Amino acid sequence: MRNMPTLRDLASTVRSKNAGVDHITFDIIFRERANFERVRDAKVITPEVVCRLLRLTPDRITDFVVFEPANAIKFTIRRERPSGSPGERDVFGSQQYAPLLDLEVP
Amino acid sequence: MAEITILCPTGHLGFTPLEKDSFLAGCERKPDFIIADSGSCDIGPYPLGADGQASPEAWQRHDLEIMLLAARRLGVPMIVGSASDTGTDRGVEQYVRLIQEIAAQHGLAPFKLAAIHSEMSREAVLSRMASGAKVAGLDGRPDADAALIQRTDRIVAVMGAEPIAAALREGADVVIAGRASDCALFAAPILNAGMSEATAYYAGKLMECASFCCEPFMGKESIFGRIAEDDIRITAMHPGQRCTPASLASHAMYERRDPYREHVVSGHVDMSACRYEQLDEKTTRATGARWVPAAQPMAKLEGAGKVGERRLAVVGMREPYMIANIDKAIAWARARLDERFGRPEEAGWQVFYHLYGRDGVMGPMDPSPPANPHELGIVVEALCADAKRAEEICALAARNLFYARLPEVKGTAGAAALMSDEVLVGKPGYEWTLNHVIPVASATELFRTRFVTVDGTTRKAA
Repeated sequence: MRNMPTLRDLASTVRSKNAGVDHITFDIIFRERANFERVRDAKVITPEVVCRLLRLTPDRITDFVVFEPANAIKFTIRRERPSGSPGERDVFGSQQYAPLLDLEVP
Repeated sequence: MAEITILCPTGHLGFTPLEKDSFLAGCERKPDFIIADSGSCDIGPYPLGADGQASPEAWQRHDLEIMLLAARRLGVPMIVGSASDTGTDRGVEQYVRLIQEIAAQHGLAPFKLAAIHSEMSREAVLSRMASGAKVAGLDGRPDADAALIQRTDRIVAVMGAEPIAAALREGADVVIAGRASDCALFAAPILNAGMSEATAYYAGKLMECASFCCEPFMGKESIFGRIAEDDIRITAMHPGQRCTPASLASHAMYERRDPYREHVVSGHVDMSACRYEQLDEKTTRATGARWVPAAQPMAKLEGAGKVGERRLAVVGMREPYMIANIDKAIAWARARLDERFGRPEEAGWQVFYHLYGRDGVMGPMDPSPPANPHELGIVVEALCADAKRAEEICALAARNLFYARLPEVKGTAGAAALMSDEVLVGKPGYEWTLNHVIPVASATELFRTRFVTVDGTTRKAA
């Protein structure tokens, strides 16, 4: 059986970053329109997938947008605690996207 | 004026030094304004709460000097906002001093500087609350009560374009602003030129991070904006960068929850119908922003409060049995801490074990932490109001891993590797206490502008 491509293969940018002090936002951006449409239409990334992948309860996902002008899918999660509080692991929120890279795209 | 041009050299002045070559290339095009933001919440609550700065003064001076010399040579205004990372009164005063020192060093002819302060005292906020103003929580936070304000060490209000536009109309050659919406710095001169809020704030949103809106990825390179009503043209100034519809649109959604709306004091920009088109190899044009005025103007408040003194220790682990049972070892260590210091929530202390090699970066969000990593690097973080106690708690939290009593540990000389038996002094812990908005009667009432004539021909640098 042939392996399916992953987001790592198809997306040109996968990133996470603080959106204000209480949220982290994730952007998955495609250079090729066809790849964007393939991922969008196959529903590779949905709120349900994000919850399962990042082990979140649904109320932690505050925004989910298919952003056509940028060939992008974007979602935002509420942080466990405000950025930079004691116990912080990632003050910019910039390394939280890694698990998305291995999502398979039919 | 049917059109104005703006040069932006950096998305966070001073955070790392700006790149001079693309800035000078931009100056060749004779911009009408030179503008950069100097602040961010991304650096965490410590600089605001402790009223410190996140960037070395040498780098801030570097950027201000390059911008000021160019602005005075071209005879155009220069605008810097969120001075010195946080935009507190300290940050504004520091940048005013740096401007004066640079002017004296270079013997610059007299010019007019506007310093706009945006810090608010706890008392000022409490008094507005006492008069009935609701300090409403953003992003799902509860509204503020007096107790929340009392445990906030420092507060800044975030200005829109209005106070900056007023300072420019008064003839300011240099504007040093306290905390400001990044886009407002750019919007101010565009509004003064008679264009709409939609064009003004949208152009600011596109330009605020300088070369981040271009490709390939480069920081601290200049971009040049040519702005007419509903016609914003952004050009990359670095020879290796382009501004493309994809790069500009993807920047429009950068570090924000909602890619379609940008909120400022007096309303928000609706970007849902924006369009992007390539004009030439390095330039993209953006159009189609809409402005929605707020029924009630609201100023955002940012505040940070101290949680406690902070200490850190580093511990390694290599024995497979200990690694496989690290959660039990930590539970054992925490139980000993409780015995000695009392329960954390009652006795006022906190300990965090950061397990690098397992889930130190993502914690409970990590979908696949390895069950048996080869080794673990553990950072122990302890907080307590009292510094000596924080040190004691941190030392015991680390050494308890060394002495953890688990039944099958073979190495009875120590269950962990201590890089060195020391406790590191961390910066005090702070938290963002305020991410709120307060109603205002006018978009300028919380902000105080002071004009200073800077004369580099008479004043010697310190």
